[in-house]
Amino acid sequence: MAKRSAPEVNAGSMADIAFLLLIFFLVTTDIATDSGLSRKLPPWEPDDKEEKVQIKEKNIFALTLNSNNQILLTAKGDSEVIAIKDLRARAFQFLDNGGGQGEDACKRCKGNRDPKSSDNFKKAVISLANDRLTDYKTYITVQNEIIAAYNDIRNREFKKDYPSLEMNFVEATDMYQDPITDPKLKESLKEKLEAIKEAVPQLFSEAEAKRD
Amino acid sequence: MSKFKKKKDGGLPPISTASLPDIVFMLLFFFMVATVIKEDNLKIQNQLPKANQIEKLDKKKPISYIYIGKPSSNYIDTYGTEDRIQLNDKLQSVEQVQAFIAAERAALAEELIPTLTVSLKVDRDAKMGVLTDVKQELRKTNALKINYTTKKGDAVTN
Repeated sequence: MAKRSAPEVNAGSMADIAFLLLIFFLVTTDIATDSGLSRKLPPWEPDDKEEKVQIKEKNIFALTLNSNNQILLTAKGDSEVIAIKDLRARAFQFLDNGGGQGEDACKRCKGNRDPKSSDNFKKAVISLANDRLTDYKTYITVQNEIIAAYNDIRNREFKKDYPSLEMNFVEATDMYQDPITDPKLKESLKEKLEAIKEAVPQLFSEAEAKRD
Repeated sequence: MSKFKKKKDGGLPPISTASLPDIVFMLLFFFMVATVIKEDNLKIQNQLPKANQIEKLDKKKPISYIYIGKPSSNYIDTYGTEDRIQLNDKLQSVEQVQAFIAAERAALAEELIPTLTVSLKVDRDAKMGVLTDVKQELRKTNALKINYTTKKGDAVTN
């Protein structure tokens, strides 16, 4: 007698089950946003120990955000309210000015060499003060634009120093952080990135928010 | 003449749905792999702002999350409408930030403690006041690596 074949299982409801699971995962999914603006806070120092560092006024690019989310820029001994879209260009111009003379002279800078503005990359400081009632989104935009200005300069310097790599500073950083990148390449990238960071440091200072 | 009409030959054959489960399973696996089950149940509004100069956070290094925002509509009666801080799944006061960081550190291997990054997930409509206080507390407890977690997008249109 021929062997009786096993009865076929009806797989028609398989799709329904899979759909049910699919919908469950769709609903519970929250694709994680784990990227953002990385910053380093200054270490805490008790008030009496705090040293007063003297910085020349021309090397400070002071931004103040008020409770109406307006931006006040104090530089070159002058204060004015600026629009957020101009901030990046203004910060870039300030950083790239290179007005220093003698040992403060800036070889890398390509700016206007205005003696009233910053000496060189290592002297130029951007400071940011905000009110307690400033909106977070304005603050983030300002932070973003400041980082963008630094990245613009670092990109330019990176391309100038390492033209053979055919990428800019931001792309090189991404590549360095990518786990797929070859360790040897990582090592050489790290060296170059550190060199650029050394040449164009992010000197960013944040004052405590004003008490209201 | 037959009693029953014959089926018309010109009709389209039925589409086979045999591969439908395969397609659905494929989607299912995608979502299962891409899903990160929410760690914290948020009691506050948390619409992140946009920025474009962003860096990815290294998942291998420890990350602690601090959420700031107005209580969401269900909790307005209990917590009011001022910006609040959420640590783990409770709304806490500023003073508890230091204890929170200490607890996060206690759960880590010693060599990883200096690499701890604090991810600040702050609602885009929050005010800076509470965030400033949190930053002061973080400085006091020496948790200096922070990340303003944002979405990718054009910052100027925030």
